[in-house]
Amino acid sequence: MSDQDEQPEHEQHFRVEGMVPTGDAIITARFDRDDSHTYDGYVSSGGYTALRKALTEMSAATVHNEIKLSEIQGRGGAGFPAGIKWGFLPEGVYPRYVVVNGDESEPGTYKDRMLMERDPHQLIEGTVLTCYAVDAAQAFLYVRGEMALAQERLAQALNEAYERNLVGRNVLGSDFSVDITLTWGAGAYIVGEETALIESLEGERGMPRLKPPFFPAVKGLYLQPTIVNNVETLANVPYIVNEGGQTFHDIGAPTSTGMRMFAVSGHVNRPGVFEVPNGVTTFRMLFEAPEYCGGVRDGRAIKAFIPGGASAPWFYEEHLDFPLDKPTVDKAGSMLGSGAIVVMDERTDVVAACWRIVRFFARESCGKCTPCREGTTWLERVLKRILDGAGRAEDLDTLLSVSENISPGLTFPPRQTTICPLGPSAVAPITSAIERFRDEFEHYIDHGVPKDGIDRHPITATGVPVHA
Amino acid sequence: MSRLTSTNISIAKEIIGRYPRPKSALIPLLHLSQEQNGYVTTEAMSHLAELLGLTPADVYGTATFYEMFKFEPVGQYCISVCTNISCQLLGAWELLEHAEARLGVKAGSTTDDGRFTLEDVECIAACTEAPAVQVNYRYRHCVTPAAFDQLVDDLSAGRLSEEVPPHGTLARVRQRTTAGWSGTATAQQATVDAL
Ligand SMILES: Cc1cc2nc3c(=O)[nH]c(=O)nc-3n(C[C@H](O)[C@H](O)[C@H](O)COP(=O)(O)O)c2cc1C
Ligand code: SF4
Ligand code: FES
Repeated sequence: MSDQDEQPEHEQHFRVEGMVPTGDAIITARFDRDDSHTYDGYVSSGGYTALRKALTEMSAATVHNEIKLSEIQGRGGAGFPAGIKWGFLPEGVYPRYVVVNGDESEPGTYKDRMLMERDPHQLIEGTVLTCYAVDAAQAFLYVRGEMALAQERLAQALNEAYERNLVGRNVLGSDFSVDITLTWGAGAYIVGEETALIESLEGERGMPRLKPPFFPAVKGLYLQPTIVNNVETLANVPYIVNEGGQTFHDIGAPTSTGMRMFAVSGHVNRPGVFEVPNGVTTFRMLFEAPEYCGGVRDGRAIKAFIPGGASAPWFYEEHLDFPLDKPTVDKAGSMLGSGAIVVMDERTDVVAACWRIVRFFARESCGKCTPCREGTTWLERVLKRILDGAGRAEDLDTLLSVSENISPGLTFPPRQTTICPLGPSAVAPITSAIERFRDEFEHYIDHGVPKDGIDRHPITATGVPVHA
Repeated sequence: MSRLTSTNISIAKEIIGRYPRPKSALIPLLHLSQEQNGYVTTEAMSHLAELLGLTPADVYGTATFYEMFKFEPVGQYCISVCTNISCQLLGAWELLEHAEARLGVKAGSTTDDGRFTLEDVECIAACTEAPAVQVNYRYRHCVTPAAFDQLVDDLSAGRLSEEVPPHGTLARVRQRTTAGWSGTATAQQATVDAL
C-alpha cells in the first residue's frame, strides 16, 4: 500500500497555504510536504533540533520552565496549563511515567489523528522532551485502536528514532535514557478520560477512577506519578523549546496562548481543520477569512453550533463574534474542549441532533455509575420515541428531571453525581436544545413530525443495549 | 490455529517486554490474536492468560469491554459507517440506508457469503470529511452512495487487497525493541514491586 492511498480527499479540504492570517503555523507547518511523516522529511525541516538543544544546553528544570512560561493549555478537553500539571509530580518518587493521550474520539474532533499520521516525529520529539523535563524514563503513546495508519506511522517513526538514538539508552550520547512504548486501544470512547486510559494501559476494562485520590500526577499508572497529556499539547513542545516560552506566549490571546487546531465540520461550504491563533472568532473562521470555511452552505442562516465537541453546550448566532479563548467561552457557558466546531444550519433537525449526541454517550457510558449508566440510556429512549412520533406530553419534563439526577442544577461547568464527566456531558445538548428550541420538541410531540422547513434523516438505528 | 503460532508467540514476548507489568500487554496481545484468527477465540484467550499469568476470566473480562474485539467470525471486510453528529448532518443515515440495501444486511450483521460486516459506529475522527467510513479501519472520506458501491465492487473484485488487509490486521509496521531499548523504567518498577 502506498501511504497516499490512505487519505485521498482530505488533501483537497485541508488547505495549507494561507491557513493562518495572523501568525505562522506551528504544529501543522510540515503538512504540505509529502514526506512529513518520514525521518528525512522531519529532519530536513528543522526536526529534532529542539531535542539536541535541550540535551546540550538546557537542564530539565529549564525546559519545564519554558513550558510554564508559554502557559500552554492542554488541548485534550479540560484546558489545564501543562507547565503547572508537570509541577504536580511529587519530588523524588520513581518510577514516573508520561502517557500521551492519542485516543481522540470526542464527536467532531479531528486533529490528533492528523498530527500522528502526518508528523509522528514531532510528537515523538515532544514526548522525549517532556520525559526529559519531568525526569521520566518511560512514556506510553496510547493511540486509538481504530487508527491503523496512525499506529503504522508512529511505529515506523519510533523505529527510525531508536535507530538514530533519539530515543532509548543515552539519548544522543547524553546521560538521559528514555523508552517509548507504542500501545493502542480497542474501541471505547471513555478510555480517552485519563484515569480510564491508565486502567486500560494496565490491561483492565477502561473505567475511570475516582479523583481524589487518583490524580494521575500523584497516583497514576501502577499507582506511580504519571503525566497524561494530549497529542496536540505535546506536539507544541519542540517549538516552545526552540523558540522559547515567551515567543509562544506572544501568539494567540494572552489568556489562551499559542496556536490551536480547530476542526470545523457540519453545514459549512468548506469544512476543514485549521491551525489558528487562539482568540480568533468563529465568525472569522466561518465567514470572513476566505481561506477558511466559506460560510454556511447554500447561504443559509446558522441555527446553532457546538464550539468544543459533543460534550460542550451549544452556541448560537449571537456567539459568532466571541473570541475563541478559554475564559470567554467558559464565561459564555460552554467550553473550547477539543477544538471541534460543528455547524448546524437553519434546516437542521435539532431534536435528531440532540438524540444522536445523547445516543453516543449512552453507548459509551462505561456503566460504573448508576445515574450515567441508567440515565443516559433513559434519555436516549425518550428522545428516540419523540423522533419516532410517539412522544408524550410529559417527555420534556422527564428529560429534564433525568438530566437533573445526573447533573444537579443543570449548570455548566456541570456538577456531577458521577465519577467522571461523561454522564453530565450527555446533559449538555439536552438542556441547550430544549432551552432554545422547545417549540420544535413540542411540535414533534404534538404532531409526530418536525416543523416545516426541517430536513429529516432516515434513521434506522438499533436501540442502545441496556447495560448488564 | 487458535492458540498463537510460534511466530506470534515471539512477537507477543517482545510486546510483553515493553511494559513494566505483563498485564499491560493484554490489549495489544488480544489484537495480535485477532490479527491471526480474524476474531478473538476462546482458546486464544486461554493462551493469552497462560502467557500473561492471568486467568481466562481476567482476559475475557477485559476483552469484552472493547468494541473492536469480536468473539465470533466477522466478514473479511468490516465496513464501519459513522453516523455521529457531523456525519449525520451530511447524510450518514442516507448512506447507511443505501449500504444496507446494497449489501442486503442490517447494520450489525454479516453477509451470508461471509465477505462483509456492516456497522453503524461512533465518530472516527474524520468529521470534516463527512460522511466518513472505515473498511477494516482504513479510511474512506466523503463517501457518496456511488462511492460506496464502487468501494464494495473493488473489495469484492480483490482490487483493494493491497490497501485493505484482512479484518484484525491494524498497523503493518511493528515497533521493534532494538538494541537501543534502555529498560530503565521497567527495572525501576521491578524494584518497586519487590518492596
Ligand atoms: C469522557 C472523557 C473523554 C476524554 N477523551 C479524551 C481524548 O480522547 N483525548 C484527550 O487527549 N483527552 C481526553 N479527555 C481529557 C483527559 O481526561 C485529559 O484531561 C487530557 O488527556 C489531558 O491532556 P491535556 O492536559 O494535554 O489536555 C477526555 C476526558 C473525558 C472526561
Ligand atoms: S460517569 Fe459514566 S462513563 Fe463516567 S465513570 Fe460513571 S458510568 Fe462511567
Ligand atoms: S462525526 Fe463522523 S467522523 Fe466524526
